[in-house]
Amino acid sequence: MDIRDTPEQAELRRTARRLARELGPRNVRDLDDAERRARLAAAVRDAGWLALRHGADGAPDASGVEAAIIAEALAEPVADVPFAGPILAADLARRAGAQPIDGAVTGFAADLIDAAVVSGPVTGRPVLAVDTAPQGPIAAYVLVPEGDGYRLALVRSDGAVADAAPPSRGTDLTRAIRSLPAGVRVQPVPDQTRRLTRDDLAAWTALGLALTSADMVGVMRGVLDVSVAYAKERKQYGVAIGSFQAVQHLLAEARCLLEGASSAALYPAWAVDELSPDEARAAGRVAKAYCVRAVRTVCETAVQVHGGIGNTWDCIVHVYLRRGLLSSWWFGDDGEQLRHIERTRLGVPYGLS
Amino acid sequence: MGCPTDFRDSPDEAAFRSRLRAWIAEHNPGLPVSSTDDEYWARQAEWHTALYDAGFFGLSWPSRFGGYDLPPVYDVILDEELAAAGAPPRPSLGYLVQGITTHGSEEVQQRFLPGLISGRERWCQGFSEPDAGSDLASLSTTATRDGDDYVIHGHKIWTSYSDVADWCFLLARTDPNVPKHKGLSAFAVPMRQPGITQYPLRMINGITREFGQVVFDGARVPAANMIGKPGEGWRVAMTIVSHEREPSEVGYVARYVKMAKDLEAMVRARPDAFRSDQREAVAWAHVQAEMLRLHVRRRLSERLDGLEHGPGGSIDKILMTWVEQTVGAAALSVAGSRAVVDSEDVGLKVYLYSRAQSVMGGTSQIQKNIIATRILGLPAA
Repeated sequence: MDIRDTPEQAELRRTARRLARELGPRNVRDLDDAERRARLAAAVRDAGWLALRHGADGAPDASGVEAAIIAEALAEPVADVPFAGPILAADLARRAGAQPIDGAVTGFAADLIDAAVVSGPVTGRPVLAVDTAPQGPIAAYVLVPEGDGYRLALVRSDGAVADAAPPSRGTDLTRAIRSLPAGVRVQPVPDQTRRLTRDDLAAWTALGLALTSADMVGVMRGVLDVSVAYAKERKQYGVAIGSFQAVQHLLAEARCLLEGASSAALYPAWAVDELSPDEARAAGRVAKAYCVRAVRTVCETAVQVHGGIGNTWDCIVHVYLRRGLLSSWWFGDDGEQLRHIERTRLGVPYGLS
Repeated sequence: MGCPTDFRDSPDEAAFRSRLRAWIAEHNPGLPVSSTDDEYWARQAEWHTALYDAGFFGLSWPSRFGGYDLPPVYDVILDEELAAAGAPPRPSLGYLVQGITTHGSEEVQQRFLPGLISGRERWCQGFSEPDAGSDLASLSTTATRDGDDYVIHGHKIWTSYSDVADWCFLLARTDPNVPKHKGLSAFAVPMRQPGITQYPLRMINGITREFGQVVFDGARVPAANMIGKPGEGWRVAMTIVSHEREPSEVGYVARYVKMAKDLEAMVRARPDAFRSDQREAVAWAHVQAEMLRLHVRRRLSERLDGLEHGPGGSIDKILMTWVEQTVGAAALSVAGSRAVVDSEDVGLKVYLYSRAQSVMGGTSQIQKNIIATRILGLPAA
């Protein structure tokens, strides 16, 4: 048992942090800088990080731990670049034995918990492409029921239809959620070699839980750094507000939540490749439940420590809070995870409320 | 690539785990959780020696004093297996061992560590006083040199297991003429002698065997029993309390996991007898206990780098406190009306005891002061 970073992982963490800090937004206005955003996206792609969950013979090229390290590092300065979305899509495609398509993400049902299941054209219920490019064409994998499993399919909006796919109006200002327009065709994924089983989806969900948890750990670390720096510099009554115990204790509690979340989040990232799908997903549910409650408190603490200015649009803190809200909902929030834990550990039957 | 992140047991660890599991299956004394029943405290010594004699206690301590020189992760395996079997946790003595190994002379280490580790000699800790709690350095118990001895006068409180102890790890003032942090020294005081009177403390959940008060009135301790140098008592005390704050040292994870499992079993027996908020409280207790188990694994792995114990122990203490009080709140919730109808209800006792965790070993407020100033670097208040 040894869960320290290996030297390679420590180097990856340093590299990802450096890149995210250099190219991520430094303030709220930077979020509108499309040129910076394009440079960040290119850097992440060129580093090969979007291909981590590609692989031959079913095995991914890199473990869930490496993916989680990058997810956490990108969230620290709220880097506005797709990562978990493309990684999860590639992981799903690999499990179906298909070559992942560049730039594809996964389509989700409206509750953002499960991959969208469709048969026929997308109508009525929307398919949401999560963590996709903020504009331009969308490609999203969806599931088509087949036997006791699923076939992978692709919905695309490009050409004329792309114009109908509106830009993101999502709450997270750093990651896009775009709705696939009604009428888009569901296309086959011709090179897939396997049907996706219940176990495939459990393991894939475990990765989703691990990456959203890692993202929240990064959000907490980033927003806490910002808040501690502010408490050292902001003066009232002639002294730094960080010298008041009332403020110190808020920040100390936030730091404890960050450490607990960080310990919980590493386990599913490892488990996704090493334990059974059900065990990995159970580890993911524990981490997710803990991180969701922690990130909410830590971000609210950050708003409070910033005082009035923390409640204004131009203060970066709400960008963290908003990112935390998306990572909380994506793959299910704390209540959702606790319901599942009740079913598996307490024997609470479905339907008992 | 270096050795990859691995939560799995190595072959040696796995062999140890299966040997341990088989032993516990046969020797689990089936004691109640420590926080609810005096029977646990009455039979704790027996459990300590049984664990030690079977080769499962003192795993990460030096072999020349009776330990096994194993990496600290073996303590996690012990905690996990005890928890899985619903067995009592290991005795919490790590911080005394750390205090003696860090500060004691070779003679002191040789004299005291083997008995402490094997459980053949019982220890209590005499730090807090009625008027010196968080402000420990203001303590007023005196140790005055008299020939080859020191003579002790003073009143100690929260001296766990003092009624069965052979030795007291005592902090006393040896020099009243210097600033308060500089005039303290630490001693191993023999408890079975005249000049020592004991009074039990009854906790809010009714248990009486865990904590005591000890009044020293002319008790004697040989000068050779000093741990560290004269005036070094504050440093010794800080070594001890920083270890006392770490869940990896005190082995409480096993207790929390066991309590959470007991609650799960109660709900599983009749899920529809509980409201959704009660079930959620139990599921959340599982999340918290599991977080702490993983946190201890992380901390013990970090220790392979030879990381020093420092203010990080205060973070661990806060996390441990939140876990204990979450489990306690779940126990109260699940108990429902029994908690008010029957003062002996176990759920009630677990809950009431859990409130002490944010005080013992340094209050949560003191921990937050330490985190704020020494970890976050905020200016002192």
